[in-house]
Amino acid sequence: MKILLLGNPNVGKSVLFSRLTGVHVLASNYPGTTVEFVQGTTRVGGEKARVIDVPGTYSLEPTCKAEEVALRILEDHCGKGKEDCVVVNVVDSTNLERSLYLTLQLVAKRLPMVVCLNLWDEAKHTGISIDKDALERILGVPVVPTVAVAGEGTGTLVEKIARARVPTYRYEKEEIWKEVGKIVSAVQVICHKHHTWRERLGDLAVHPATALPMAVVVGLLSFFVIRFLGEGLIDQVFDPFFARFWTPMVHGVSRLLGGAGILHDIVVGHGVSGEIDYAGSLGLLTTGIYIPIGAVLPYLFAFYLVLSILEDTGYLPRLAVILDTFMHKLGMHGMTIVPMLLGLGCNVPGVLATRILETRRERLIAATIMAITVPCMSQLAMIAGLVGTLQGGVHHGVAVFGTAFLTLFVTGLFLGIFLNRLTRGESRELLMDIPPFRLPYLPGLFKKLAMRTWWFLKEALPWVLFGVLLVNLLEISGGLDFLGRLAAPLVQSVLGLPREAVGGLIFGFLRKDVAVGMLAPLGLNWRQITVASVVLTMYFPCIATFTVFLKEFGLKDTFKASIAMVCTSFTVGGLLNLLLKSLGGWGPGGAENASR
Amino acid sequence: MNSPEERGISLAALKKGRAGRVLAVQGGMGLARRLESMGIRPGVLVVKESNSFLKGPVMIRVGQAQVALGYGMASRILVEPEEAGPQ
Repeated sequence: MKILLLGNPNVGKSVLFSRLTGVHVLASNYPGTTVEFVQGTTRVGGEKARVIDVPGTYSLEPTCKAEEVALRILEDHCGKGKEDCVVVNVVDSTNLERSLYLTLQLVAKRLPMVVCLNLWDEAKHTGISIDKDALERILGVPVVPTVAVAGEGTGTLVEKIARARVPTYRYEKEEIWKEVGKIVSAVQVICHKHHTWRERLGDLAVHPATALPMAVVVGLLSFFVIRFLGEGLIDQVFDPFFARFWTPMVHGVSRLLGGAGILHDIVVGHGVSGEIDYAGSLGLLTTGIYIPIGAVLPYLFAFYLVLSILEDTGYLPRLAVILDTFMHKLGMHGMTIVPMLLGLGCNVPGVLATRILETRRERLIAATIMAITVPCMSQLAMIAGLVGTLQGGVHHGVAVFGTAFLTLFVTGLFLGIFLNRLTRGESRELLMDIPPFRLPYLPGLFKKLAMRTWWFLKEALPWVLFGVLLVNLLEISGGLDFLGRLAAPLVQSVLGLPREAVGGLIFGFLRKDVAVGMLAPLGLNWRQITVASVVLTMYFPCIATFTVFLKEFGLKDTFKASIAMVCTSFTVGGLLNLLLKSLGGWGPGGAENASR
Repeated sequence: MNSPEERGISLAALKKGRAGRVLAVQGGMGLARRLESMGIRPGVLVVKESNSFLKGPVMIRVGQAQVALGYGMASRILVEPEEAGPQ
């Protein structure tokens, strides 16, 4: 048996899907979270059933790409000759009228069906009551109220799926809205309700006078929470863990391997007899583990916590609304802010999330700008660590991050204006349902956080280990030195970096965090760190991002985007180097740093 | 009966906080169908919740839903202002 979850965007299909199958998929409070074909299995009456989470749609007469996908999935799985299929129509109880439009279109398909009235609790709170028995009688299919986030009603839903029926309701196609109206007035009663504080907050988030100050406050708050939490986790949890448990273990392994030799250098790295230099020793057990877990994970965790809260409250679509005009000047539309923010965690899900945008043109512009100007958390965390080693850390931190982000932002601006002119076609106008402000449902939030953290470890750890191994082998064989000599003119004169930095730049293609790690032993000053950070962000995405880019946009456009990346990075990097040099004594550290 | 063009004003021009009944959606069938599937169709009452600034999106309430739509789209939706407020 096959079960298709079908309904309007942002009604909770993905949450319901997770509840039914135990397969955890990302769910957020904005339309378009599900962009991929997702399936899992559940048991209905002792029998195994496939469950398919269909991207949200308002209509079975598709009006955009995502809706076409939804219709195709429905036809592929429930078309002629495929009788073993049940449609679970997930309905937003707070928005019955609009939801029923799709319901009636599904009714006309004459497929076995169950209607699931989700967000039942929210409807009650807002003074909406729906007579589910009456709806059941009218449509002739089982109707089940659910609160998917809390798992209420999902057991009943599974029972009813076994008793799904082909609807008995018939109507004239031209009269569909009239029919919807008739049903709504027969089953729904709305009591007068008061404005809640959440609605007021939601209004403030888009009101012309308050929207921008609120966006700035949310942005700053997010930044400080991420920094505070990331640093706190490192100081209180991760550093003590490495000092107390990991270091003695590594010493043990070192002794076991005889304290020297090639195998020793590969596994535990160079010079670990005394203090372990986790950043520079290049061993699999030292640098290879420390980069992803000791340095990146704490910040990544903090970042995803903040992002998940922003997602689940419903703030992001409101941010999209206020940024829409600005984004259009850059050839994108407001909702682009969602993939961009995701890209700040990791570019891979960021590029995938561009599917939320409607046209290929918008997607390509957004993905290219992201690949060039949005640094990922892995890189940012390592840079934070690198800056921390400078004397007078805080001022340097402000200088490095301030200069780097400003440079990236300005570059993104120019790129957007340029790409907008260069590529043909217009960006679609914004048309989006704005979900109500909601308090995040904490168990769901933590589940999402765990998923994203696990996903990072699964994706990053092998690549970091591979990268560290490769760097180490090149170091041992002298290849790194050779490459350094080869690229020295470019790196030294244009970017003002020491030639040993070439290795870091090359390995940025593998993992940005490994690349920054390789810069650590070079003793760079804050200007050099800034230039290196900007160039590392821009010049090429890491291999994982590159692969997704290739898969999403094909060889030709990936090639074009790559040219844009290389050109932009060396132009901007060179200019930034000149600018910072000419400013001389400006900034922390003063002249003695600049002359280094 | 006058034509919709004579009776109505565009949703973009409707004052903030005012309600209006949709008369027609001008321009392609594609837009009309898209809006219809979201419940924005002739005969429906919409309330303008916020004006755009710098020709940004307009927010409206239609039924229980809050929808943001681009300024250009809002300019192509003709509404007849209702005398009474939303409630």
